[in-house]
Amino acid sequence: MILSIASGKGGTGKTLLATNLALALSSKARVQLLDCDVEEPNDNLFLRLPVSYSQFVYIPIPKVDETKCNYCGKCSEVCVYNAIAVLPQKVLVFPELCHGCGACSYLCPEVAIVEEGKPVGVVEKGSLGNLELVQGKLNVGEVMAPPIIRAVKKYIDAKSEIIIDVSPGTSCPVVEAVEGSDFCLLVTEPTPFGLNDLSLAVEVTKEIGVPCGVVINRAGMAEGETERYCREHDVPILLKIPLDREIAVLYSKGIPLVQGMPQWREAFLGLFENIAARVGRGKMPEGSGEGKDRQ
Amino acid sequence: MKELVVLSGKGGTGKTSVVASFAALAENIVLVDCDVDAADLHLVLSPRIEKENEFWSGEVAYIDGEECNECGLCQKLCRFDAIKDFKVDPIACEGCGFCAQICPVGAVDMCQNMAGHWFVSYTKYGTLVHARLGIAQENSGKLVSVVRQQAKLIAEKENAEHILSDGPPGIGCPVISSLSGADVALVVTEPTLSGIHDLERVLGVCHHFGIPSAVCINKYDLNEENSRRIQDYCSSHGIEVAGRIPFDEVVIKALVQRLPVVEYSPGCSVAREIEKVWQFVAR
Repeated sequence: MILSIASGKGGTGKTLLATNLALALSSKARVQLLDCDVEEPNDNLFLRLPVSYSQFVYIPIPKVDETKCNYCGKCSEVCVYNAIAVLPQKVLVFPELCHGCGACSYLCPEVAIVEEGKPVGVVEKGSLGNLELVQGKLNVGEVMAPPIIRAVKKYIDAKSEIIIDVSPGTSCPVVEAVEGSDFCLLVTEPTPFGLNDLSLAVEVTKEIGVPCGVVINRAGMAEGETERYCREHDVPILLKIPLDREIAVLYSKGIPLVQGMPQWREAFLGLFENIAARVGRGKMPEGSGEGKDRQ
Repeated sequence: MKELVVLSGKGGTGKTSVVASFAALAENIVLVDCDVDAADLHLVLSPRIEKENEFWSGEVAYIDGEECNECGLCQKLCRFDAIKDFKVDPIACEGCGFCAQICPVGAVDMCQNMAGHWFVSYTKYGTLVHARLGIAQENSGKLVSVVRQQAKLIAEKENAEHILSDGPPGIGCPVISSLSGADVALVVTEPTLSGIHDLERVLGVCHHFGIPSAVCINKYDLNEENSRRIQDYCSSHGIEVAGRIPFDEVVIKALVQRLPVVEYSPGCSVAREIEKVWQFVAR
């Protein structure tokens, strides 16, 4: 099963859920945890696995051979991102605007453009026993997260249970990470911010056709509104984690909940079994369950 | 006029709560919510929308099934795997237009894409420019540029002293869009290992773009050892820690009442510390 963990709002507990689910489950099965929050990957602060493999991620950037170029301007005309500009005697490339679509090099009438890889981040792997972590890291100062997320998802091992830690938000990096999941767990907190962003995240999962369920973190104060929302939108609440200073302090030290408070292990295992049963019983969404990833 | 952007790296450290209180403390400001993915500032500031605008951005490919001869060239060349069975997946399509350029029978059209809305609103604290990116849309960076541009125009017209901007989490496209060319960045962090890790990365981005930054430690007493680590890190990098806000449920209570903390409980220790931070960054 591919289970992604998203939230809309940041700081609601995605990393807490992802790392503890992975740790609890790895006592019973092979687990692969993909940290797709490539702007701020944090899972390994809790798992502390030694990184045994590291690979740069490149995006293809045009390189113009000015001995062949006749400054016709075709490349600049076809580039919708304004990443290439042709002056009378010079071609300027703006790598930070380039999406790597390849149109300029393919369409250059003089075959004067080749593509060269520009490193934008890295994919790292580490494992211990049944648990493997694959994490992506966007280079500081780089703009585009999706190519790194695609690179991380290429390592999906279909024989493992897959848990994907997603970045906050509702735009392209979230879609890239959640797409292809069998189920998406949305972590929220019972505040007006948490609820507003939960409703946006539910819309995202609907848009891409992945069934979802909710975990309410820091529960115990005012989750009535969140519960009402979930009831009205037919979204199941699968777990509540109370607002508890001890949990917050463990988190602050980078100690996984299942280690600091082992009584939580059963709750995470139960959560996973509940989801597995829902996915098995429910209708599978189109295109899911194949571990698909995009080029 | 000075533009202050509030960032965090890690989400949920308290950016929006801090900005809402700044809004109540400041005089003569224009507010802008640069978290266009999951905008929340409006939930506290109770804006009255005065102008709603569509955000048209980029294009999406569309294949005309009648004209398509199923040669498969577009499918082969699309780098984003956005074409399957001679149909375009509009979510995967990045609008590059390569397919439309190379289709031998001209069956691909590029259609303008309405990617969200942006608003100019009245609040009792000052004008708020905010936005809502459409679900699962791209180009959040562009929408951030639009709201910042509007805020600047309004601030010039109103002769505002500050533009106060609530930034998105992370370090990627929308963050860089919120940050570039701003006068100062305040990074709100928390004393957790994740908070520290993400703080260091976002300060790296500020440094990369040459934006002066200051740090505010939220919930500092949750882990005082980590708070000291943050202070040591900042002092060794020449970055000022503008304040340390204690962990207090008053922040959530104010939020549930949809009020800035400094209004909900003026004079409480959280409010006093936020005032101190505001004095620091506003000067």
